[in-house]
Amino acid sequence: MAKSAIYTLLVCMLMAASAYAAFYVAPTEVTMGLVQRIFYLHAPSGMTSLAAFLVSFVGSVLYLLTRKPKWDWLAVSSAEVGVAFCTVVLLTGPIWAKPAWGVWWAWDARLTSTLVLWLLYVAFLILRTMIEDADRRAAVSAFFGVFAFLDVPLVYGSIWWWRTQHPQPVVFTSAALDPTMRKVFYLSWLSLTCLMALLIRQRYELEAAREQLRVLEHELEAR
Amino acid sequence: MKNLNSVFAAYLIGWAVFFGFSLTVAKRAASLKEELAQLKERLKDSAR
Repeated sequence: MAKSAIYTLLVCMLMAASAYAAFYVAPTEVTMGLVQRIFYLHAPSGMTSLAAFLVSFVGSVLYLLTRKPKWDWLAVSSAEVGVAFCTVVLLTGPIWAKPAWGVWWAWDARLTSTLVLWLLYVAFLILRTMIEDADRRAAVSAFFGVFAFLDVPLVYGSIWWWRTQHPQPVVFTSAALDPTMRKVFYLSWLSLTCLMALLIRQRYELEAAREQLRVLEHELEAR
Repeated sequence: MKNLNSVFAAYLIGWAVFFGFSLTVAKRAASLKEELAQLKERLKDSAR
């Protein structure tokens, strides 16, 4: 309990530090001006959502191989966290796009594949509420989880494979990026990755408690 | 200071989503904990 509280506090401090750095430490970009600062929340949220979906995919595959419930819990926990991060991406993107492009949304490959990804994982979560039997629910959602993940490489590669309106990557490429901007980006990414780990853990514990409840209910029915 | 409102809006919305999600998980956990405690009590009663 104390460890969990310390970790939560650390994540909050990291989040506060990254917001401070994004507002006050990072230099103002010459072409876009202040609105470029949204990049420090938008881009790391996108990368973190893909990481959460990757964890969900691993959970789904391991469930299909082992049929151990813990992998199903991991798959659903990380899918839900991934949806939260993807929601942030889809909301902050248009707020940046309006002043930068003059429109809230463009149906280009990166934006459309990200929206499809969000819809796929929302469908994954809705699907789980429609199946009563725990084993069947886990198996069906694991299959669906593997299928939904197929969109992740499309989202990632869309800016290289197709001509898009979305800006080209600047962090892991040879593109010139101010060293301070790069550091602020890494700090934001670190803070959001730690937040993702914290949220997945909290959500996983919820699934474990649900299983405990199910076992107790069976025990009570058997008496 | 052009577009400062957009920057604030983006960060406010982003943080609200994260905080809201964390809050719903905490709420669900609290209600499950309560249900678990009630079930354990019922199990104890039925064992007597």
